[in-house]
Amino acid sequence: MTESIHTLQEFMFQTKGIIYLLAIGYLIGFTWFWRFLHKYDRKDQ
Amino acid sequence: MTISRRRFLEWVTAAGVGSAAASTAKAAHGDFGGYPDSYGVLYDATLCVGCRSCEAACNEVNELPSPDKPFADLSVFDKKRRTDYRSYTVVNRYDPPESKKPVYRKTQCNHCLEPACASACFVGAFKKTPEGAVEYDASVCVGCRYCIIACPFNIPTYEYDEALTPRVMKCTMCLPRVKEGKLPGCVEACPVEALTFGRRKDLIAVAHERIRKYPGRYIDHVYGQHEMGGTSWMYISGVPFTKIDLRTDLGSTPAPEMTSGALALVPMVIGLWPVLLGGIYKITERKEKIALAEKNESVAGAVAAANEAADNKAKAATERFKKDKEKAVEAAVKKTLAEAEKEKEKGKEGE
Amino acid sequence: MTDQVAPVEKKSFFTPFNIFATIVILIGIPLTILRFTKGLGGVTNLDDTNPWGIWIGFDLLTGVALAAGGYVTAAAVEVFGMKKYHAAVRPAILTGFLGYSMVVFALLYDVGRPWRLPYPFFVSQGVTSIMFEVGACVALYLTVLFLEFSPAALEWLGLKKLRSWIVKLTITLTILGVMLSTLHQSSLGAMFLIAPSKLHPLWYSPYLPVFFFVSSIAAGLSMVLFEATVTHKPFHNKMDEDHLAIYDNLAFGFGKAASLVLGGYFAIKVFGIALGNNWHYLGTGYGLWFMVEMFGFVLLPSLLFAIGTRERNAGLIRKAAFITVFGIFLNRINITLICFNWHLPWSERYFPNWMEIGISVFVVTVGLVAYKFIVTRMPIFYEHPDYKEEH
Repeated sequence: MTESIHTLQEFMFQTKGIIYLLAIGYLIGFTWFWRFLHKYDRKDQ
Repeated sequence: MTISRRRFLEWVTAAGVGSAAASTAKAAHGDFGGYPDSYGVLYDATLCVGCRSCEAACNEVNELPSPDKPFADLSVFDKKRRTDYRSYTVVNRYDPPESKKPVYRKTQCNHCLEPACASACFVGAFKKTPEGAVEYDASVCVGCRYCIIACPFNIPTYEYDEALTPRVMKCTMCLPRVKEGKLPGCVEACPVEALTFGRRKDLIAVAHERIRKYPGRYIDHVYGQHEMGGTSWMYISGVPFTKIDLRTDLGSTPAPEMTSGALALVPMVIGLWPVLLGGIYKITERKEKIALAEKNESVAGAVAAANEAADNKAKAATERFKKDKEKAVEAAVKKTLAEAEKEKEKGKEGE
Repeated sequence: MTDQVAPVEKKSFFTPFNIFATIVILIGIPLTILRFTKGLGGVTNLDDTNPWGIWIGFDLLTGVALAAGGYVTAAAVEVFGMKKYHAAVRPAILTGFLGYSMVVFALLYDVGRPWRLPYPFFVSQGVTSIMFEVGACVALYLTVLFLEFSPAALEWLGLKKLRSWIVKLTITLTILGVMLSTLHQSSLGAMFLIAPSKLHPLWYSPYLPVFFFVSSIAAGLSMVLFEATVTHKPFHNKMDEDHLAIYDNLAFGFGKAASLVLGGYFAIKVFGIALGNNWHYLGTGYGLWFMVEMFGFVLLPSLLFAIGTRERNAGLIRKAAFITVFGIFLNRINITLICFNWHLPWSERYFPNWMEIGISVFVVTVGLVAYKFIVTRMPIFYEHPDYKEEH
């Protein structure tokens, strides 16, 4: 993979691309985690 | 096919200056080094005579629309021109005090090593190719013109008069021709060899060599070696670069680095804002719950206290009633006993 | 409860607003046709050196900043629990939703090939671009705003189940909205980081994203107050007790917040000058203009907000809000148009032509017409009687 990166632009293209995908995954995972954490709170409300 | 002078020059200088090239051609930007064998063009402002052959060749090679004035018409030099939708390159004339003769400067895309246009484009329409050219892909371009905002050299232009298929227009370094082993149109057309095509690292060596050989002739600086992180099209000049409209205040920071800080914040916000705001929300919710509970408690307490008071009142009343009744009963009993006594005594007296 | 709906009045169509809107639309439609037959060159003064004009400087940048009231108000009420401002949420969300919709509408005029606007998401992702992030966040946030606005429309349409399902999403949408707003408000500023050679040093700073984000909070607070002020009389008969009751308290609460935010913003702008060691620019023409913007439209309203809050003078607060709204417009226009390309001679600078202005006015007017339509029919300024039990 590193062979194909010759410029900062290419480097950022790869890293930012991965970060955006990770961010989407994180938000979905966070929602799940939040619901997991507060599973029994909702009953009380 | 005859070997063009420019090509020959390229080979000769590569052979002769190869070793020097290794030391001068250091990575111009960070650790990435760029494409090692990418091409470039060296423009020598001391050789250019302002004949506009390069403009004519570019127009022909790229099949651009004809200009208003023919290329032989040198009266265009009376006004400063810039690139536009039908001119990928223009030459301007300057009359700085530092030179007895007029000085000319050809402007076109500098094919930066870290192009600002590529960094700015949100559909990735610009790519730095291994050959060195910065290539534009009109098939994805949305026409937002952020690339034009970003370019520090004010090069990209736009087809503002095209209603449905407007494109960004800029020099291509004749990439199709270069891939075929040919020279860019302007380089081939130049009659005084003001333009030299070759590997970028060799051109840097050539430029410094020329400056070294003719120290009185040139400003000791190769414009584009480091500017904006380095460009593929470079300039050497006999007059200060600002006098030929080349800004010397651009710095050597490549364009992508200028926004990398802000972009780095994005994942931090995405990662932390839900945590912070979610946390604050839960704290608020808890506070409200406690406040509500306290309110309910105090209400309940008030109600209970009221009830208790009422109870006590009722109890006290009952007690009093009981006591009163007892007293009344006592009194009645006393009275009856007293009356009984009286009766007894009356009866005794009567016998 | 009392009758919330206004008695049916026999009103003429020819109110001043309707006449104005009709004229604007009658001009806007042929201008639109011109735009798509003659290209950008046929309706704008844009050129190769000045590719962005008032459609970007005003409709996009100012529009997004002034629509920030949505996330600010929703956050105050839902996340920070300031339930007393509850009646201000729906009007703020509506302004936000229509504001962002008009931003997208204006973009359809500005970009060369508007039908390609989905390309960055579905065809080729230019992820190194700040504008990619702006586009993604604006698109997502517009969806969030639409969902936050929809309960009012659903109540009007009587779709109870769908409405109650969406209301359950409120806190999630609010938090998402604050996150997305932080990102795109700041990134609109970050977009100019790539052109340090073109933006005047007093406005260019590595802190541009922070400046834009903080000023968007002040913009949102002020716009909510501005909007409450101008709708108070014309739509009085649509407003319920809750809404009318907070009219002044909203001014005191938001005014206090705005005072603090503007004060802090002024301070970080000064720190920015210190960081760049740009004090000497203050003595130039642009420096004077910078001080006009900072003292007249940031520090002054900050003080007016403070005095108004302290002395319980709602009128003064409303004036400060108006000044702030104009100040945000001034700041965005400065950055995109007036202080951009400042090196160039005035002959090469840009000024909008009447057609550009006409389309800008047209876009805003369409938003106003939609606003009027919605607030006169849907429960924005009042609570729908069928759903009163919610709060």
